[in-house]
Amino acid sequence: MAADHHGPAKGIGRWLFTTNHKDIGTMYLWFSFTMFIVGGLFALVIRTELFQPGLQFVKPEFFNQMTTMHGLVMVFGAIMPAWVGLANWMIPLMIGAPDMALPRMNNWSFWILPFAFAMLVATLFSEAGAPNFGWTFYAPLSTAYAPSSVTFFIFGVHLMGMSSIMGAINVIATIINMRAPGMTYMKMPMFVWTWLITAFLLIAVMPVLAGVVTMMLFDIHFGTSFFSAAGGGDPVLFQHVFWFFGHPEVYIMILPAFGVISEVLPTFARKPLFGYTSMVYATASIAFLSFIVWAHHMFTVGMPIAGELFFMYATMLIAVPTGVKVFNWVTTMFRGSLSFETPMLFAIAFIVLFTIGGFSGIMLAMAPLDFQYHDTYFVVAHFHYVLVQGALFSIYCGVYYWLPKWTGHMYDETLSKAHFWLTFIGVNLAFFPMHFVGLAGMPRRIPDYALQFADFNMLSSIGAYVTGFSQLIFLYVVIRCIRGGRPATDRVWEASHGLEWSVPSPAPYHTFAIPPQVR
Amino acid sequence: MRAPDPNRPTVLWTCAAAVAMFGFGFALVPLYDVLCDVMGIGRDTITAPVDRSGGEIDAARTVRVQFVATNDGTMPWEFRPERFELRVHPGASNGTRFHVRNPAPRTMTAQAIPSVSPAEAAPYFHKTECFCFGQQTLGSGESLDMPLQFIVDAALPEKISTITLSYTLFDVTARVAAR
Repeated sequence: MAADHHGPAKGIGRWLFTTNHKDIGTMYLWFSFTMFIVGGLFALVIRTELFQPGLQFVKPEFFNQMTTMHGLVMVFGAIMPAWVGLANWMIPLMIGAPDMALPRMNNWSFWILPFAFAMLVATLFSEAGAPNFGWTFYAPLSTAYAPSSVTFFIFGVHLMGMSSIMGAINVIATIINMRAPGMTYMKMPMFVWTWLITAFLLIAVMPVLAGVVTMMLFDIHFGTSFFSAAGGGDPVLFQHVFWFFGHPEVYIMILPAFGVISEVLPTFARKPLFGYTSMVYATASIAFLSFIVWAHHMFTVGMPIAGELFFMYATMLIAVPTGVKVFNWVTTMFRGSLSFETPMLFAIAFIVLFTIGGFSGIMLAMAPLDFQYHDTYFVVAHFHYVLVQGALFSIYCGVYYWLPKWTGHMYDETLSKAHFWLTFIGVNLAFFPMHFVGLAGMPRRIPDYALQFADFNMLSSIGAYVTGFSQLIFLYVVIRCIRGGRPATDRVWEASHGLEWSVPSPAPYHTFAIPPQVR
Repeated sequence: MRAPDPNRPTVLWTCAAAVAMFGFGFALVPLYDVLCDVMGIGRDTITAPVDRSGGEIDAARTVRVQFVATNDGTMPWEFRPERFELRVHPGASNGTRFHVRNPAPRTMTAQAIPSVSPAEAAPYFHKTECFCFGQQTLGSGESLDMPLQFIVDAALPEKISTITLSYTLFDVTARVAAR
């Protein structure tokens, strides 16, 4: 067979031309971490300016560029590529496939990304400055009043959208066509299930994002009036189209997290996952509901009362399948033989903190209350709880869980626990006070604020620094784990389950050349 | 002989779905207007006079109609309603004027875009003559009184006692020149 005839190629060519899912997964993860550091530096500029009231370090115009770039880089550059990286590494291993279904396209979908983000980040050095209209780029701020760098932003979004769609097609083709014999859909690991559903969301909404930025491009350069009232268009239309993409997008970032947690908890609770079938249906329900709730982001645009009520109740409905998941996780741990290795710490922290983010989400879902919360720091607190303590924590959870399988070495348990605790303290210190200043009326996206918010903002900034610098521990732990350490067994964890633990550690360059038989 | 590649149909339908969703994004533009009309969410973008009577004149009922005139962005024109409020009977035809003056040292063209609040009242607010149906071109220093004729429909829901008609004036000089 051709499968085991060679290892990786030598030199840079290995990475440029590789079609190996493990290489591509690794590149995605390193790219994502790089973007995470870049986006984190933007966040630290924001928090430095907000350390005290008044304008100290940056001009308001530059502050706006920082909030915009922080959001764009973290959403599209850090969280999403991290999930694609984990999908590349783990899906073939978990379903017993030799590689992804479309390896050449896989290479392409990765290598588009560095160019997309180079184009986006390069605008910081242009005369016009980077995009400054917020990551939600509402028209007409992003059309009639945009800096000229908006065109770079639009092409950047087009490129990352293409990359995501190709990645999603690849995941769907892999899962549908390349499962090992005997692995029926209802035997697939939860991470594979959640990624399959995520891939459908990506295919459904990334083209809509491409459409909305294309409309912006036409309004800016070709005299159309999609979003210009003067020519018969409507700026509110932008918000509808954007959030039709934007709401499923938040589930694109969190559904794979549900999958990772559902893999990790049973291992460290030494019990099978409670309610597998209900987990699958809950995930699918959340994905479906995500398409009919988008206008809860825009309760204040002047919707009729019937619209407000519909979107309010539909949004609250999402709490039901999400609750099913949380209760299933808690029940999985109930009376289990728990041990608290780093992945488990991240998983438990995820459940607690993500649920807090879910509760603040329910508060925001109430249309009459949303008029008070809209565009305040309460919203910022909410989405950081679900995206940092939610998505990011579960990415760390997954990385620590599978790192010994990737490198063949155990990571340093002491240092990784230090990373966990410092991050845990840092993010809560950074984001919990934001609830209070938001409820008290501090608006988001401003470089200065009223004096009564000073103490909480200082705490947030200190938390942001603690979080930011703790991530260097993670970098050190990973590099040390790649270079050496206690050898990992094939199973790695005492109660690990699934096909990925049946291959040696480190996972050989080619695995499952002969498909395993699943009972 | 090789078995047919199972990935081929998968790739075809996923690509087709992506292309269809790109199209759907654009279809949202006309769909948005249609849905607003169907659900009676009155976006007041009617660009032609309504040829409809407002029903029997209801002299027993009085509705306040307030007028707001706003300039968009850098539009330099003076723009204000002749009267800020009218008290009208549903079903009756009413008239007022808006005053504009172009203080800029060049000829400019303007387009007024109306909006009715509360949105629920928009389907009951019939403009029979409006300067917003066309554009206005004024030379430097020229001024103009622009007419508005409207009927508040007698079927206006009882709970609505005040209607606000707001105009935003846009500078469309460049847009007209490009045409």
